[in-house]
Amino acid sequence: MQLSTKHLLGIKDLSPKDISLILSTAQQFKEVLQRPVKKVPSLRDVTIVNLFYENSTRTRISFELAEKRLGADTINFAASASSVKKGETLLDTVNNILSMKVDMVVMRHSASGAPHFLAKHLPNTGIVNAGDGINEHPTQALLDAFSITEKTGGLEGKKILLIGDIMHSRVALSNIYLLNKMGAEVMLSGPPTLIPPYIKEAMGVQVEYDLKKALKWCDVANVLRIQLERQNQVLFSSLREYNLSYGVTKKLLQEVDKDIVIMHPGPINRGVEIDSDVADGNQSIILQQVENGVAVRMAALYLLAGTAN
Amino acid sequence: MKTILDKQQLQLTILRLAHQLLENNDDLSQVVFLGIQPRGVQVSQRIATHIQLLSKNTEVQYGVLDITFYRDDVRDELHVAGKTDINFSIEGKRVVLIDDVLYTGRTIRAALDALQDFGRPSKVELAVLVDRRFNRELPIQPDFCGIAIDTVASQKVKLEWDKEEVVLY
Repeated sequence: MQLSTKHLLGIKDLSPKDISLILSTAQQFKEVLQRPVKKVPSLRDVTIVNLFYENSTRTRISFELAEKRLGADTINFAASASSVKKGETLLDTVNNILSMKVDMVVMRHSASGAPHFLAKHLPNTGIVNAGDGINEHPTQALLDAFSITEKTGGLEGKKILLIGDIMHSRVALSNIYLLNKMGAEVMLSGPPTLIPPYIKEAMGVQVEYDLKKALKWCDVANVLRIQLERQNQVLFSSLREYNLSYGVTKKLLQEVDKDIVIMHPGPINRGVEIDSDVADGNQSIILQQVENGVAVRMAALYLLAGTAN
Repeated sequence: MKTILDKQQLQLTILRLAHQLLENNDDLSQVVFLGIQPRGVQVSQRIATHIQLLSKNTEVQYGVLDITFYRDDVRDELHVAGKTDINFSIEGKRVVLIDDVLYTGRTIRAALDALQDFGRPSKVELAVLVDRRFNRELPIQPDFCGIAIDTVASQKVKLEWDKEEVVLY
């Protein structure tokens, strides 16, 4: 039993069997994280570099914790404090790191396809995508799926709503791929300017521009972050206007009057896409998502290390 | 193919192991029984059930331990992890590990490592249904043993629960 791939570049390349294997392994790692000693020696002989070309709190800490709890050695690399500033290319940087006997690379990059480029040039090194541009963020989709399964008992037939900045969201794309593969129903909601017009046909999802209707339909609502750093053209007039028409507020949830599970991949823009009393309310599983992230990343790294040889 | 234990012999052997374990541990509140995933679970469940029947007044502490993440061959072969379920403390307790077949001893080595992450037992003992002598790769021996057999590495010992038999291929 092993994964069908040596790299985790995106959910697109995974089979439903791969996804189930990662999720069931994550279940066992979650139990490990409840033990008095929250650590196993599985990757004792593996060294992993975390290459972060883009800022991150949750993902970087989560990967680093996952690596340490698997017994791996870790190196952290932030592009802002490195020779990248002197003009070193991505491939040169990675080859230099690998020549110091590093086994796996976890990379976040602002360019879509950067990890695929690395995987093409370094076929023998396990590459894990920790988010590439507006393409994919596979471990986030996996931890979202794990959290939904934990909360609602499964993915098949579940109605999942993704709200907000679908166009710039790698979390959305990975989630759509995963939920489609695992037999869940997906609906997108948000301003028409932030939902690619062709996505309905291309990805086989539903689109509903009326947020209240969409919320009435769903079992789980995954509220996406408005990516202020990727908005170089004006796609909605103001943050306040966004909050008024597409913000998930307590009042709106009361009107919908349904026990919807609320998720958010973080970091939250409080008062923009979600209000504080919803984010911190009892329908929210936002912090459980973060907790599950470590177990899911442990599972992915463990399975990839076992598949590498 | 050769039957090592038929249905009746298997039942008697499990019953005998249960009696032996009870005989050696007079205070059951200080003992925990742990079946090793995946194949030690069924035999350990039966032993634990018998012990519970024999000692009605004390509750038998029973759990299962998965050792996948502690294996020394992670890079050679990927194993699917099973569930670990130990909902009590093992600190200062006597731990009895239970598995179906003792062969190279590597599973038990991994189990001893795994145990340390749950606490420090006062003593660890090993009970197995079948001991394949002369095939050990580590200095590990059982304290309680259902049946000891001599095999060569090319042979396979299997517990077939549907027929309730132990068979040598």
